[in-house]
Amino acid sequence: MKGASWLSIGVVAAMLVALPLLLTSNVALNFITFAGIITLAAQGWNILAGYGGQFSFGHAAFFGTGAYAMALLQVRLGLNPWLALPIAIAIGGVVGFLIGALSFRARLRGSYFALVTLAFAEVLRILTNALSFTGGAAGVLIPLRVGSDNMQFRDARVLCWLVLAFVVGALCLTYAIARSRFGAYLVAVRENEDAARALGVDTFLVKLKAITVSAMLTAAAGCLYAQKSLYLDAGIGFGPWISIDALLAPIVGGIGTVFGPLVGAAALLGLGEVTKTLIASLTGGAAPGVDLIVFGALLILSVAFAPQGLMGLVRVLRPASKGGA
Amino acid sequence: MAAPILDVLSVTKTFGGLTAVRAASFDVAEGSITGLIGPNGAGKTTMFAVIAGFETPTEGSVRYRGVDVTGLDVHRRAALGIARTFQIVQPFAGLTVRENIAVGAYLRHRERRRAHEMAAKVAEGVGLSSMLGQSASELTAAGRKRLELARALATEPQLLLLDEVLAGLNPSEIRDMIPVIRVIQQSGVTILMVEHVMQAVMSLCQHIHVLAEGQIIARGTPSAVSRDPRVIEAYLGHGAAKRPHGGESAHA
Repeated sequence: MKGASWLSIGVVAAMLVALPLLLTSNVALNFITFAGIITLAAQGWNILAGYGGQFSFGHAAFFGTGAYAMALLQVRLGLNPWLALPIAIAIGGVVGFLIGALSFRARLRGSYFALVTLAFAEVLRILTNALSFTGGAAGVLIPLRVGSDNMQFRDARVLCWLVLAFVVGALCLTYAIARSRFGAYLVAVRENEDAARALGVDTFLVKLKAITVSAMLTAAAGCLYAQKSLYLDAGIGFGPWISIDALLAPIVGGIGTVFGPLVGAAALLGLGEVTKTLIASLTGGAAPGVDLIVFGALLILSVAFAPQGLMGLVRVLRPASKGGA
Repeated sequence: MAAPILDVLSVTKTFGGLTAVRAASFDVAEGSITGLIGPNGAGKTTMFAVIAGFETPTEGSVRYRGVDVTGLDVHRRAALGIARTFQIVQPFAGLTVRENIAVGAYLRHRERRRAHEMAAKVAEGVGLSSMLGQSASELTAAGRKRLELARALATEPQLLLLDEVLAGLNPSEIRDMIPVIRVIQQSGVTILMVEHVMQAVMSLCQHIHVLAEGQIIARGTPSAVSRDPRVIEAYLGHGAAKRPHGGESAHA
Protein backbone atom coordinates (compact mmCIF):
# COMPACT_ATOMS: atom_id res chain seq x y z
CA MET A 1 0.00 0.00 0.00
CA LYS A 2 1.21 3.45 -0.98
CA GLY A 3 4.66 2.65 -2.23
CA ALA A 4 5.69 0.10 0.39
CA SER A 5 6.20 -3.58 -0.34
CA TRP A 6 8.08 -6.44 1.28
CA LEU A 7 10.82 -5.79 -1.24
CA SER A 8 11.20 -2.10 -0.39
CA ILE A 9 11.16 -2.93 3.32
CA GLY A 10 13.91 -5.50 2.70
CA VAL A 11 16.03 -2.94 0.85
CA VAL A 12 15.55 -0.33 3.59
CA ALA A 13 16.34 -2.96 6.25
CA ALA A 14 19.59 -3.87 4.49
CA MET A 15 20.56 -0.20 4.30
CA LEU A 16 19.80 0.32 7.97
CA VAL A 17 21.82 -2.70 9.02
CA ALA A 18 24.77 -1.48 6.93
CA LEU A 19 24.72 2.00 8.51
CA PRO A 20 26.67 1.18 11.70
CA LEU A 21 29.34 -0.47 9.52
CA LEU A 22 29.81 2.62 7.37
CA LEU A 23 29.48 5.32 9.99
CA THR A 24 31.53 4.16 12.91
CA SER A 25 32.22 7.39 14.78
CA ASN A 26 30.62 7.64 18.19
CA VAL A 27 28.73 10.77 17.17
CA ALA A 28 27.25 8.99 14.15
CA LEU A 29 26.33 5.86 16.11
CA ASN A 30 24.70 7.95 18.82
CA PHE A 31 22.74 9.80 16.21
CA ILE A 32 21.56 6.66 14.42
CA THR A 33 20.57 4.99 17.68
CA PHE A 34 18.64 8.04 18.83
CA ALA A 35 16.97 8.53 15.44
CA GLY A 36 15.99 4.85 15.50
CA ILE A 37 14.41 5.23 18.92
CA ILE A 38 12.44 8.28 17.74
CA THR A 39 11.40 6.38 14.60
CA LEU A 40 10.06 3.57 16.74
CA ALA A 41 8.08 5.95 18.96
CA ALA A 42 6.83 7.75 15.86
CA GLN A 43 5.79 4.50 14.17
CA GLY A 44 3.63 3.81 17.22
CA TRP A 45 2.00 7.21 16.89
CA ASN A 46 1.59 6.65 13.14
CA ILE A 47 -0.46 3.49 13.61
CA LEU A 48 -2.96 5.18 15.90
CA ALA A 49 -3.04 8.64 14.31
CA GLY A 50 -1.76 8.16 10.76
CA TYR A 51 -3.83 5.07 9.99
CA GLY A 52 -6.57 5.37 12.61
CA GLY A 53 -7.02 9.15 12.61
CA GLN A 54 -6.92 9.33 16.42
CA PHE A 55 -4.47 12.16 17.09
CA SER A 56 -2.62 11.76 20.34
CA PHE A 57 -0.65 14.59 21.94
CA GLY A 58 0.44 12.33 24.75
CA HIS A 59 2.52 9.46 23.44
CA ALA A 60 4.98 10.40 26.17
CA ALA A 61 2.64 8.41 28.43
CA PHE A 62 3.66 5.22 26.59
CA PHE A 63 7.29 6.15 26.03
CA GLY A 64 7.71 7.00 29.72
CA THR A 65 5.86 3.89 30.84
CA GLY A 66 8.17 1.73 28.75
CA ALA A 67 11.29 3.56 29.88
CA TYR A 68 10.41 3.58 33.58
CA ALA A 69 9.16 -0.02 33.55
CA MET A 70 12.43 -1.08 31.91
CA ALA A 71 14.48 0.79 34.51
CA LEU A 72 12.44 -0.05 37.61
CA LEU A 73 12.08 -3.75 36.75
CA GLN A 74 15.89 -3.90 36.80
CA VAL A 75 16.62 -1.56 39.69
CA ARG A 76 13.76 -2.40 42.05
CA LEU A 77 13.03 -6.02 41.15
CA GLY A 78 16.45 -7.05 39.94
CA LEU A 79 15.19 -8.47 36.64
CA ASN A 80 17.53 -9.10 33.75
CA PRO A 81 17.00 -6.41 31.06
CA TRP A 82 16.31 -9.05 28.38
CA LEU A 83 13.41 -10.23 30.52
CA ALA A 84 12.43 -6.70 31.54
CA LEU A 85 12.15 -5.60 27.91
CA PRO A 86 9.11 -7.69 26.88
CA ILE A 87 7.44 -7.10 30.25
CA ALA A 88 7.92 -3.33 29.93
CA ILE A 89 6.51 -3.38 26.41
CA ALA A 90 3.49 -5.33 27.68
CA ILE A 91 3.00 -2.82 30.50
CA GLY A 92 3.08 -0.06 27.89
CA GLY A 93 0.36 -1.93 26.01
CA VAL A 94 -1.77 -2.20 29.15
CA VAL A 95 -1.46 1.55 29.77
CA GLY A 96 -2.46 2.17 26.15
CA PHE A 97 -5.41 -0.20 26.48
CA LEU A 98 -6.62 1.53 29.65
CA ILE A 99 -6.27 5.08 28.29
CA GLY A 100 -7.99 3.91 25.10
CA ALA A 101 -10.79 2.12 26.92
CA LEU A 102 -11.52 5.21 29.03
CA SER A 103 -11.38 7.80 26.28
CA PHE A 104 -12.95 5.81 23.44
CA ARG A 105 -15.71 4.50 25.72
CA ALA A 106 -16.45 8.16 26.49
CA ARG A 107 -16.61 8.66 22.69
CA LEU A 108 -13.86 11.26 22.70
CA ARG A 109 -12.78 12.29 19.21
CA GLY A 110 -10.53 14.81 17.55
CA SER A 111 -9.17 17.55 19.76
CA TYR A 112 -10.92 16.15 22.84
CA PHE A 113 -9.08 12.88 22.49
CA ALA A 114 -5.82 14.75 21.85
CA LEU A 115 -6.24 16.83 25.00
CA VAL A 116 -7.08 13.82 27.14
CA THR A 117 -3.97 11.96 26.01
CA LEU A 118 -1.92 15.06 26.80
CA ALA A 119 -3.51 15.14 30.24
CA PHE A 120 -2.71 11.46 30.89
CA ALA A 121 0.92 12.03 29.96
CA GLU A 122 1.16 15.06 32.22
CA VAL A 123 -0.46 13.22 35.14
CA LEU A 124 2.05 10.39 34.73
CA ARG A 125 4.93 12.88 34.54
CA ILE A 126 3.85 14.62 37.76
CA LEU A 127 3.24 11.32 39.57
CA THR A 128 6.62 9.99 38.50
CA ASN A 129 8.23 13.18 39.71
CA ALA A 130 6.51 12.88 43.11
CA LEU A 131 6.68 9.18 43.99
CA SER A 132 9.71 7.78 45.75
CA PHE A 133 9.23 4.39 44.04
CA THR A 134 10.14 6.00 40.72
CA GLY A 135 13.05 7.91 42.20
CA GLY A 136 11.14 11.19 42.42
CA ALA A 137 12.75 14.31 41.06
CA ALA A 138 16.21 12.74 41.31
CA GLY A 139 15.25 10.19 38.69
CA VAL A 140 16.41 6.62 38.38
CA LEU A 141 19.83 5.35 37.45
CA ILE A 142 20.40 1.94 35.90
CA PRO A 143 23.73 0.72 37.34
CA LEU A 144 26.51 0.38 34.81
CA ARG A 145 27.28 -3.34 34.40
CA VAL A 146 28.66 -3.78 30.94
CA GLY A 147 27.96 -7.15 29.39
CA SER A 148 25.74 -8.34 26.57
CA ASP A 149 23.81 -10.57 28.98
CA ASN A 150 22.96 -7.29 30.70
CA MET A 151 22.06 -5.44 27.48
CA GLN A 152 24.92 -3.01 27.99
CA PHE A 153 27.35 -3.38 25.13
CA ARG A 154 31.03 -2.52 24.96
CA ASP A 155 30.58 -1.94 21.22
CA ALA A 156 28.08 0.91 20.66
CA ARG A 157 27.14 -0.66 17.31
CA VAL A 158 25.37 -3.56 19.01
CA LEU A 159 22.79 -1.40 20.76
CA CYS A 160 22.43 0.51 17.51
CA TRP A 161 21.67 -2.78 15.70
CA LEU A 162 19.21 -3.77 18.40
CA VAL A 163 17.37 -0.48 17.91
CA LEU A 164 17.46 -0.87 14.12
CA ALA A 165 16.10 -4.41 14.45
CA PHE A 166 13.13 -2.97 16.32
CA VAL A 167 12.72 -0.31 13.62
CA VAL A 168 12.66 -2.96 10.89
CA GLY A 169 10.23 -5.02 12.96
CA ALA A 170 7.99 -1.97 13.28
CA LEU A 171 8.13 -1.39 9.51
CA CYS A 172 7.08 -5.01 8.90
CA LEU A 173 4.33 -4.80 11.50
CA THR A 174 2.97 -1.55 10.04
CA TYR A 175 3.00 -2.95 6.52
CA ALA A 176 1.28 -6.15 7.65
CA ILE A 177 -1.37 -4.13 9.47
CA ALA A 178 -1.91 -1.87 6.46
CA ARG A 179 -2.68 -4.92 4.32
CA SER A 180 -4.92 -6.68 6.84
CA ARG A 181 -8.59 -6.42 7.61
CA PHE A 182 -7.70 -4.61 10.82
CA GLY A 183 -5.76 -2.05 8.77
CA ALA A 184 -8.64 -1.52 6.36
CA TYR A 185 -11.01 -1.04 9.29
CA LEU A 186 -8.56 1.36 10.94
CA VAL A 187 -8.40 3.54 7.83
CA ALA A 188 -12.19 3.35 7.49
CA VAL A 189 -12.53 4.65 11.05
CA ARG A 190 -10.18 7.51 10.19
CA GLU A 191 -12.08 8.41 7.03
CA ASN A 192 -15.64 8.14 8.32
CA GLU A 193 -16.61 6.48 11.55
CA ASP A 194 -20.37 6.32 10.94
CA ALA A 195 -19.92 4.78 7.51
CA ALA A 196 -17.54 2.23 9.02
CA ARG A 197 -20.09 1.26 11.68
CA ALA A 198 -22.78 0.80 9.04
CA LEU A 199 -20.47 -1.67 7.27
CA GLY A 200 -20.15 -3.78 10.38
CA VAL A 201 -16.97 -2.32 11.86
CA ASP A 202 -16.80 -2.38 15.65
CA THR A 203 -15.12 1.02 15.81
CA PHE A 204 -14.52 0.93 19.55
CA LEU A 205 -12.68 -2.38 19.32
CA VAL A 206 -10.65 -1.26 16.30
CA LYS A 207 -9.51 1.92 18.07
CA LEU A 208 -8.75 0.00 21.23
CA LYS A 209 -6.58 -2.49 19.35
CA ALA A 210 -4.82 0.36 17.56
CA ILE A 211 -3.95 2.29 20.70
CA THR A 212 -2.68 -0.90 22.36
CA VAL A 213 -0.34 -1.77 19.47
CA SER A 214 0.65 1.87 19.17
CA ALA A 215 1.47 2.10 22.87
CA MET A 216 3.54 -1.09 22.73
CA LEU A 217 5.71 0.24 19.92
CA THR A 218 6.25 3.57 21.65
CA ALA A 219 6.93 1.80 24.95
CA ALA A 220 9.57 -0.29 23.17
CA ALA A 221 11.20 2.98 22.12
CA GLY A 222 11.15 4.06 25.76
CA CYS A 223 12.76 0.77 26.88
CA LEU A 224 15.60 1.16 24.41
CA TYR A 225 16.06 4.78 25.39
CA ALA A 226 16.37 3.81 29.05
CA GLN A 227 18.93 1.15 28.17
CA LYS A 228 20.91 3.58 26.03
CA SER A 229 21.12 6.46 28.48
CA LEU A 230 20.91 4.38 31.70
CA TYR A 231 19.33 7.40 33.36
CA LEU A 232 15.75 8.69 33.47
CA ASP A 233 13.84 11.45 35.10
CA ALA A 234 10.19 12.40 34.76
CA GLY A 235 10.91 15.12 32.22
CA ILE A 236 12.82 12.73 29.96
CA GLY A 237 10.40 9.83 30.25
CA PHE A 238 7.05 11.61 30.24
CA GLY A 239 8.02 15.10 28.99
CA PRO A 240 6.18 16.70 26.07
CA TRP A 241 9.34 16.54 23.92
CA ILE A 242 8.76 12.91 23.00
CA SER A 243 5.03 13.41 22.35
CA ILE A 244 6.05 16.15 19.91
CA ASP A 245 8.86 14.19 18.26
CA ALA A 246 6.56 11.18 17.89
CA LEU A 247 3.97 13.18 15.98
CA LEU A 248 6.31 15.53 14.13
CA ALA A 249 8.30 12.77 12.46
CA PRO A 250 5.31 11.08 10.78
CA ILE A 251 3.73 14.41 9.81
CA VAL A 252 6.94 15.59 8.15
CA GLY A 253 7.73 12.17 6.71
CA GLY A 254 4.27 11.17 5.54
CA ILE A 255 1.33 10.43 7.79
CA GLY A 256 -0.32 7.05 7.39
CA THR A 257 2.55 5.60 5.34
CA VAL A 258 4.88 2.75 6.26
CA PHE A 259 8.11 4.71 5.78
CA GLY A 260 6.85 8.14 6.86
CA PRO A 261 8.08 8.01 10.48
CA LEU A 262 11.53 6.76 9.43
CA VAL A 263 11.96 9.38 6.71
CA GLY A 264 10.58 12.12 8.96
CA ALA A 265 12.74 11.23 11.96
CA ALA A 266 15.87 11.09 9.80
CA ALA A 267 15.06 14.43 8.14
CA LEU A 268 14.08 16.21 11.36
CA LEU A 269 16.91 14.98 13.55
CA GLY A 270 19.43 15.22 10.73
CA LEU A 271 18.62 18.83 9.98
CA GLY A 272 18.53 19.59 13.69
CA GLU A 273 22.03 18.17 14.14
CA VAL A 274 23.38 19.97 11.09
CA THR A 275 21.98 23.28 12.30
CA LYS A 276 23.35 22.79 15.79
CA THR A 277 26.81 22.00 14.43
CA LEU A 278 26.73 24.91 11.99
CA ILE A 279 25.64 27.44 14.61
CA ALA A 280 28.24 26.13 17.03
CA SER A 281 31.06 26.44 14.49
CA LEU A 282 29.90 29.86 13.28
CA THR A 283 29.39 31.47 16.69
CA GLY A 284 31.96 29.44 18.56
CA GLY A 285 29.40 28.39 21.16
CA ALA A 286 26.42 26.05 21.37
CA ALA A 287 22.94 27.49 20.87
CA PRO A 288 20.61 25.16 22.75
CA GLY A 289 17.14 24.90 21.27
CA VAL A 290 18.13 25.96 17.78
CA ASP A 291 17.11 22.53 16.47
CA LEU A 292 13.60 23.19 17.80
CA ILE A 293 13.42 26.25 15.55
CA VAL A 294 14.29 23.99 12.64
CA PHE A 295 11.57 21.52 13.72
CA GLY A 296 9.04 24.35 13.79
CA ALA A 297 10.06 25.65 10.39
CA LEU A 298 9.92 22.13 8.90
CA LEU A 299 6.46 21.54 10.37
CA ILE A 300 5.15 24.78 8.86
CA LEU A 301 6.75 24.00 5.50
CA SER A 302 5.43 20.46 5.37
CA VAL A 303 1.91 21.39 6.42
CA ALA A 304 1.82 24.26 3.91
CA PHE A 305 3.53 22.65 0.93
CA ALA A 306 3.54 18.90 1.49
CA PRO A 307 0.52 17.90 3.57
CA GLN A 308 1.30 14.28 2.69
CA GLY A 309 4.82 14.67 3.97
CA LEU A 310 8.07 13.77 2.25
CA MET A 311 6.61 10.41 1.17
CA GLY A 312 3.85 12.39 -0.55
CA LEU A 313 6.45 14.44 -2.40
CA VAL A 314 8.06 11.24 -3.64
CA ARG A 315 4.70 10.16 -5.01
CA VAL A 316 4.11 13.52 -6.69
CA LEU A 317 7.51 13.38 -8.37
CA ARG A 318 6.92 9.80 -9.52
CA PRO A 319 3.26 9.64 -10.53
CA ALA A 320 3.74 6.53 -12.66
CA SER A 321 3.37 4.15 -9.71
CA LYS A 322 -0.41 4.20 -9.47
CA GLY A 323 -3.04 1.56 -8.74
CA GLY A 324 -2.04 -2.00 -7.86
CA ALA A 325 -3.40 -1.83 -4.33
CA MET B 1 -47.37 -12.27 1.65
CA ALA B 2 -44.20 -13.81 3.07
CA ALA B 3 -43.29 -13.54 6.74
CA PRO B 4 -41.96 -10.09 7.61
CA ILE B 5 -38.17 -9.77 7.78
CA LEU B 6 -38.53 -6.49 9.66
CA ASP B 7 -41.12 -5.40 12.21
CA VAL B 8 -41.19 -1.86 13.50
CA LEU B 9 -43.40 -1.85 16.58
CA SER B 10 -44.86 1.50 17.67
CA VAL B 11 -41.55 3.32 17.55
CA THR B 12 -41.41 6.80 19.00
CA LYS B 13 -38.29 8.94 18.79
CA THR B 14 -38.03 12.34 20.40
CA PHE B 15 -35.14 14.79 20.23
CA GLY B 16 -35.59 17.10 23.20
CA GLY B 17 -39.06 18.59 22.68
CA LEU B 18 -39.33 17.49 19.08
CA THR B 19 -41.07 14.25 18.25
CA ALA B 20 -39.58 13.02 14.99
CA VAL B 21 -41.42 9.69 14.91
CA ARG B 22 -44.65 9.02 16.82
CA ALA B 23 -45.80 5.46 17.54
CA ALA B 24 -45.02 4.29 14.01
CA SER B 25 -45.57 0.61 13.22
CA PHE B 26 -44.98 -1.17 9.97
CA ASP B 27 -43.39 -4.28 8.59
CA VAL B 28 -41.39 -5.29 5.54
CA ALA B 29 -42.14 -8.57 3.79
CA GLU B 30 -39.18 -10.79 3.03
CA GLY B 31 -38.06 -10.54 -0.58
CA SER B 32 -40.01 -7.37 -1.29
CA ILE B 33 -39.07 -3.86 -2.27
CA THR B 34 -40.96 -1.74 0.22
CA GLY B 35 -41.14 2.02 0.05
CA LEU B 36 -41.18 4.46 2.92
CA ILE B 37 -42.31 7.80 1.60
CA GLY B 38 -43.49 11.07 3.01
CA PRO B 39 -42.95 14.79 2.76
CA ASN B 40 -39.76 16.46 3.95
CA GLY B 41 -39.36 16.32 7.71
CA ALA B 42 -41.77 13.41 8.07
CA GLY B 43 -39.23 11.37 10.05
CA LYS B 44 -38.09 8.94 7.36
CA THR B 45 -34.38 9.37 7.95
CA THR B 46 -34.90 9.13 11.71
CA MET B 47 -36.82 5.91 11.10
CA PHE B 48 -33.89 4.54 9.11
CA ALA B 49 -31.47 5.55 11.84
CA VAL B 50 -33.60 3.66 14.38
CA ILE B 51 -33.80 0.54 12.20
CA ALA B 52 -30.05 0.52 11.49
CA GLY B 53 -29.16 1.23 15.11
CA PHE B 54 -27.74 4.74 14.84
CA GLU B 55 -30.52 6.00 17.11
CA THR B 56 -32.19 4.24 20.00
CA PRO B 57 -35.96 4.68 19.95
CA THR B 58 -37.49 6.53 22.88
CA GLU B 59 -40.26 3.93 22.89
CA GLY B 60 -41.11 0.85 20.89
CA SER B 61 -38.92 -1.81 19.35
CA VAL B 62 -37.44 -3.10 16.13
CA ARG B 63 -37.56 -6.80 15.30
CA TYR B 64 -35.45 -8.43 12.62
CA ARG B 65 -36.52 -11.95 11.64
CA GLY B 66 -38.58 -12.04 14.84
CA VAL B 67 -35.62 -11.14 17.08
CA ASP B 68 -35.63 -7.91 19.05
CA VAL B 69 -32.60 -5.90 17.88
CA THR B 70 -33.54 -2.60 19.51
CA GLY B 71 -30.57 -2.63 21.86
CA LEU B 72 -27.99 -3.91 19.38
CA ASP B 73 -25.17 -1.69 18.17
CA VAL B 74 -24.93 -0.74 14.48
CA HIS B 75 -22.07 -3.12 13.64
CA ARG B 76 -23.87 -6.07 15.27
CA ARG B 77 -26.92 -5.40 13.11
CA ALA B 78 -24.70 -5.22 10.05
CA ALA B 79 -23.31 -8.63 10.99
CA LEU B 80 -26.88 -9.96 11.23
CA GLY B 81 -27.52 -8.79 7.68
CA ILE B 82 -28.93 -5.26 7.92
CA ALA B 83 -27.09 -2.77 5.69
CA ARG B 84 -27.85 0.84 4.94
CA THR B 85 -26.82 3.63 2.63
CA PHE B 86 -26.68 7.25 3.70
CA GLN B 87 -28.79 10.00 2.18
CA ILE B 88 -25.72 12.24 2.21
CA VAL B 89 -23.11 9.92 0.76
CA GLN B 90 -20.29 9.05 3.14
CA PRO B 91 -17.41 7.75 1.03
CA PHE B 92 -14.02 7.01 2.55
CA ALA B 93 -12.68 9.88 0.47
CA GLY B 94 -8.98 9.08 0.86
CA LEU B 95 -9.39 5.51 -0.39
CA THR B 96 -9.87 4.01 -3.82
CA VAL B 97 -13.23 2.66 -4.94
CA ARG B 98 -11.88 -0.88 -4.48
CA GLU B 99 -10.71 -0.16 -0.93
CA ASN B 100 -14.04 1.50 -0.11
CA ILE B 101 -16.05 -1.54 -1.18
CA ALA B 102 -13.54 -3.93 0.42
CA VAL B 103 -14.27 -2.44 3.86
CA GLY B 104 -17.80 -3.78 3.44
CA ALA B 105 -16.58 -7.09 2.01
CA TYR B 106 -14.24 -7.68 4.96
CA LEU B 107 -17.32 -8.26 7.12
CA ARG B 108 -17.72 -11.78 5.67
CA HIS B 109 -14.26 -12.32 4.15
CA ARG B 110 -11.35 -11.99 6.52
CA GLU B 111 -8.67 -12.42 3.86
CA ARG B 112 -7.55 -9.43 1.84
CA ARG B 113 -7.57 -11.31 -1.46
CA ARG B 114 -11.10 -12.63 -0.96
CA ALA B 115 -12.38 -9.23 0.17
CA HIS B 116 -10.91 -7.58 -2.91
CA GLU B 117 -12.41 -10.27 -5.17
CA MET B 118 -15.78 -9.67 -3.56
CA ALA B 119 -15.34 -5.92 -4.02
CA ALA B 120 -14.66 -6.39 -7.73
CA LYS B 121 -17.72 -8.62 -8.07
CA VAL B 122 -20.00 -6.12 -6.34
CA ALA B 123 -18.53 -3.23 -8.35
CA GLU B 124 -19.45 -5.06 -11.53
CA GLY B 125 -23.04 -5.40 -10.38
CA VAL B 126 -23.45 -1.66 -9.83
CA GLY B 127 -21.39 -0.59 -12.84
CA LEU B 128 -18.26 0.64 -11.07
CA SER B 129 -15.84 -1.93 -12.51
CA SER B 130 -13.86 0.54 -14.56
CA MET B 131 -13.37 2.85 -11.58
CA LEU B 132 -11.98 0.37 -9.04
CA GLY B 133 -8.54 2.00 -8.96
CA GLN B 134 -9.83 5.56 -8.77
CA SER B 135 -9.95 7.57 -5.62
CA ALA B 136 -13.47 7.81 -4.23
CA SER B 137 -13.13 11.58 -4.10
CA GLU B 138 -12.81 11.67 -7.91
CA LEU B 139 -16.24 10.11 -8.50
CA THR B 140 -19.21 12.05 -9.85
CA ALA B 141 -22.36 12.44 -7.76
CA ALA B 142 -23.89 9.46 -9.56
CA GLY B 143 -20.70 7.46 -9.04
CA ARG B 144 -20.75 8.19 -5.32
CA LYS B 145 -24.34 6.99 -5.07
CA ARG B 146 -23.30 3.75 -6.76
CA LEU B 147 -20.34 3.44 -4.42
CA GLU B 148 -22.63 3.94 -1.43
CA LEU B 149 -24.80 1.12 -2.75
CA ALA B 150 -21.81 -1.11 -3.57
CA ARG B 151 -20.31 -0.79 -0.11
CA ALA B 152 -23.57 -1.77 1.54
CA LEU B 153 -23.99 -4.70 -0.87
CA ALA B 154 -20.48 -5.92 -0.15
CA THR B 155 -21.58 -6.76 3.40
CA GLU B 156 -23.90 -9.33 1.76
CA PRO B 157 -27.01 -8.04 3.50
CA GLN B 158 -30.41 -9.70 3.71
CA LEU B 159 -32.17 -6.41 4.41
CA LEU B 160 -30.93 -3.35 2.56
CA LEU B 161 -32.03 0.12 3.65
CA LEU B 162 -31.70 2.60 0.80
CA ASP B 163 -31.90 6.22 1.91
CA GLU B 164 -32.60 8.30 -1.21
CA VAL B 165 -30.06 6.62 -3.48
CA LEU B 166 -31.69 8.33 -6.45
CA ALA B 167 -31.74 11.86 -5.05
CA GLY B 168 -29.53 14.25 -6.98
CA LEU B 169 -29.36 12.04 -10.07
CA ASN B 170 -30.56 13.21 -13.49
CA PRO B 171 -33.38 11.34 -15.26
CA SER B 172 -31.07 9.18 -17.35
CA GLU B 173 -28.98 8.25 -14.34
CA ILE B 174 -32.19 7.31 -12.52
CA ARG B 175 -33.21 5.13 -15.48
CA ASP B 176 -29.82 3.40 -15.22
CA MET B 177 -30.13 2.85 -11.50
CA ILE B 178 -33.64 1.33 -11.38
CA PRO B 179 -32.64 -1.99 -13.01
CA VAL B 180 -29.65 -2.20 -10.65
CA ILE B 181 -31.99 -2.04 -7.66
CA ARG B 182 -34.32 -4.59 -9.24
CA VAL B 183 -31.45 -7.03 -9.80
CA ILE B 184 -30.46 -6.68 -6.14
CA GLN B 185 -33.98 -7.70 -5.12
CA GLN B 186 -33.96 -10.60 -7.54
CA SER B 187 -30.76 -11.87 -5.94
CA GLY B 188 -32.80 -12.36 -2.76
CA VAL B 189 -32.17 -9.15 -0.85
CA THR B 190 -35.14 -7.46 0.79
CA ILE B 191 -35.11 -3.70 0.19
CA LEU B 192 -36.66 -0.91 2.21
CA MET B 193 -36.26 2.39 0.42
CA VAL B 194 -36.84 5.98 1.34
CA GLU B 195 -37.27 7.84 -1.91
CA HIS B 196 -38.63 11.11 -3.23
CA VAL B 197 -38.39 10.16 -6.88
CA MET B 198 -41.98 8.93 -7.27
CA GLN B 199 -41.45 7.50 -10.74
CA ALA B 200 -38.95 5.07 -9.20
CA VAL B 201 -41.08 4.31 -6.15
CA MET B 202 -44.10 3.56 -8.33
CA SER B 203 -42.19 1.24 -10.63
CA LEU B 204 -40.09 -0.56 -8.02
CA CYS B 205 -42.11 -0.95 -4.83
CA GLN B 206 -44.65 -3.67 -4.17
CA HIS B 207 -45.77 -2.01 -0.98
CA ILE B 208 -45.55 1.50 0.41
CA HIS B 209 -45.82 3.01 3.87
CA VAL B 210 -46.46 6.73 4.09
CA LEU B 211 -44.99 8.69 6.95
CA ALA B 212 -46.18 12.22 7.70
CA GLU B 213 -45.34 14.24 10.76
CA GLY B 214 -43.85 11.16 12.35
CA GLN B 215 -46.89 8.94 11.93
CA ILE B 216 -47.79 6.24 9.44
CA ILE B 217 -50.85 7.70 7.69
CA ALA B 218 -51.33 5.23 4.87
CA ARG B 219 -50.08 1.94 3.50
CA GLY B 220 -50.76 -0.23 0.49
CA THR B 221 -49.82 -0.72 -3.12
CA PRO B 222 -48.26 2.23 -4.95
CA SER B 223 -51.40 2.96 -6.96
CA ALA B 224 -53.68 2.78 -3.92
CA VAL B 225 -51.41 5.01 -1.88
CA SER B 226 -51.08 7.60 -4.63
CA ARG B 227 -54.86 7.95 -4.76
CA ASP B 228 -55.28 8.14 -0.99
CA PRO B 229 -56.62 11.60 -0.09
CA ARG B 230 -54.67 11.66 3.20
CA VAL B 231 -51.43 11.13 1.30
CA ILE B 232 -52.21 13.86 -1.20
CA GLU B 233 -53.04 16.24 1.62
CA ALA B 234 -49.84 15.39 3.47
CA TYR B 235 -47.81 16.30 0.40
CA LEU B 236 -49.76 19.22 -1.00
CA GLY B 237 -51.57 20.68 1.97
CA HIS B 238 -55.08 20.70 3.27
CA GLY B 239 -57.80 20.53 0.65
CA ALA B 240 -55.46 19.54 -2.14
CA ALA B 241 -57.18 16.19 -2.61
CA LYS B 242 -60.41 17.86 -3.66
CA ARG B 243 -58.77 19.68 -6.56
CA PRO B 244 -58.77 17.87 -9.89
CA HIS B 245 -55.64 15.85 -10.81
CA GLY B 246 -54.20 16.39 -7.36
CA GLY B 247 -52.82 12.88 -7.38
CA GLU B 248 -50.60 13.20 -10.40
CA SER B 249 -48.80 16.27 -9.12
CA ALA B 250 -47.66 14.48 -5.97
CA HIS B 251 -44.09 14.39 -7.19
CA ALA B 252 -42.50 16.64 -4.59
